[in-house]
Amino acid sequence: MGDYPSSSTDATAGGSGVTGRHARSAGTGVSPSSYEPPIGGGDGLPKKARFSMESGFRGLSTAAGAMVLVIIVAIAIFLISKAVPALRADTVNFLSYKQWFPNDTDPKFGIAALAFGTVLSSVIALIVAVPIALGIALFLSHYAPKRLANPLGFVIDLLAAVPSVVFGLWGRDVFMEPVRDFSVWLNKYFSWIPLFGGDGPFGRSILLGSLVLAIMVLPIVTSLSREVFQQTPGMNEEAALALGATKWEMIRTAVLPYGKPGVIAAVMLGLGRALGETIALALTLGTVFAISFNVIENGGNSIAANIANTFGEANATGRGALIASGLVLFAITLVVNMAARAIIYRRREFRDSAA
Amino acid sequence: MAKRIEASNVSSYYGSFKAIDSISMTVEPKTITALIGPSGCGKSTFLRSINRMHEVLPNARIEGRLTIDEQNIYDPDVDVTAVRRLIGMVFQRPNPFPTMSIYENVVAGLKLNGVKKKSALDDAAEQSLKSANLWNEVKDRLNRPGAGLSGGQQQRLCIARTIAVEPQVVLMDEPCSALDPISTLAIEDLMFKLKDRFTIIIVTHNMQQAARVSDKTGFFSIDKTGDPGRLIEYDDTQKIFSNPTQKKTEDYITGRFG
Repeated sequence: MGDYPSSSTDATAGGSGVTGRHARSAGTGVSPSSYEPPIGGGDGLPKKARFSMESGFRGLSTAAGAMVLVIIVAIAIFLISKAVPALRADTVNFLSYKQWFPNDTDPKFGIAALAFGTVLSSVIALIVAVPIALGIALFLSHYAPKRLANPLGFVIDLLAAVPSVVFGLWGRDVFMEPVRDFSVWLNKYFSWIPLFGGDGPFGRSILLGSLVLAIMVLPIVTSLSREVFQQTPGMNEEAALALGATKWEMIRTAVLPYGKPGVIAAVMLGLGRALGETIALALTLGTVFAISFNVIENGGNSIAANIANTFGEANATGRGALIASGLVLFAITLVVNMAARAIIYRRREFRDSAA
Repeated sequence: MAKRIEASNVSSYYGSFKAIDSISMTVEPKTITALIGPSGCGKSTFLRSINRMHEVLPNARIEGRLTIDEQNIYDPDVDVTAVRRLIGMVFQRPNPFPTMSIYENVVAGLKLNGVKKKSALDDAAEQSLKSANLWNEVKDRLNRPGAGLSGGQQQRLCIARTIAVEPQVVLMDEPCSALDPISTLAIEDLMFKLKDRFTIIIVTHNMQQAARVSDKTGFFSIDKTGDPGRLIEYDDTQKIFSNPTQKKTEDYITGRFG
């Protein structure tokens, strides 16, 4: 290794002293006369360390990545292995039957009404929540003064921290009254629209469940959308303004198109939460097994709420049936997610080329 | 098509910080005026004051009087979006809208102004891209993303977008500073061509560029950091670069400071 070790000893010796910088530069062999390649010398290249931070970290991150797959597969196996025997025992068509009697000696149960209720309540929740959430997000990111935007954003994030059982109880004991009054009003003036028809009783309806869900998904959609709106490049906003755009036109030209994929992702996360929401819906829906577009009459049910409501008294077939319904919920969520990805993917070319 | 810009005693502020102090100059129609000077001397601030982009930043305000053909740009009754339509701007870094195609980028301003007819938009897009010397390079891929072009092409796309709304004045804020020499040359050629139709004011750090393209040159400077920028000298470009009146100007253009 020639002179190299000795000069490096010098460097270490002076390292803590005042001459540290100078000594170190000598140690790395900058001066041409004493230069030796720091690796190898004449004895060939040094061997690579067999165990190092590098391979250790790579192993850890690979394991973490693989774990996701393992968990997904394990869940799938669990759901399928429990669901299949129950589905075999089912004496009616699982996909089209509306009632839920899996604990009888002749088990009869079907997913139709539950899946319908799940999707309907989630869709209404999004229809209500998304415009409001986008409005709040735009207000916070582009209209509100910073002094107001930060505390308000914090309050909205706080809303996301409220446990869903609290939302459910509040919805059942407090929010139901105004929703019932509103339903009666809707029924009085708009009963010609099938959504608002019927003769009552009103209150514990899809509408109540959906509105509670809307409040629950509002903070997710708001804070994610706000985040993407804030990331709009300033130079694109300025470009729009310099073309003579008003503030709203600037938002339409620069901010909304730029944020669209992020907003879609936010909406899908909100939809995911709405579809999977259990306890709030179990407390607010009327637990009726029927397919009806009437949103104000007592009624409605969802897959997750049904699992929560009936799991306690279920026998082995009953539990299997509930797990089968969980599998359907899983499939619905999967389809929704894939649809969202497809929407984002379609305009990918425009995203990737953006600087 | 082109209008005269007059500034008298224009001072611009960011909050309590005074960025430029009492700038007065007259820019004649159908000329190219270059603003040169060291960094932080307020050239860009002055430029952004002309089309009221300065006030987009929080707490920014200006004092003094700016007119376009005798009309006060800062009159409280004036629609600020109309001012910006009249006085277009090209920015330092090419900034095409990333979600839009080449075509959509060019007609974005027209769509904002309510032009809806497809044939009118098509014509305007072709004319503007031709004026910006970009038509031949992009005519076969108008539906491709604008951000997929090279830097120089993107900047010409931005110029096409700016001139598509038929402004009277075009402001350029260091339009070539992010571009290579060949793209720079393409933009300079373009400026000569646009001079027949527009009044052009360009901020540049490149003194050769100022000498090459401009009819008049304004030299901005500051005494020290934190002081407001001042217009030291404003004259014919030839005079500024051959025989400046002010010692400071001479020092700057001969490379003694800045």
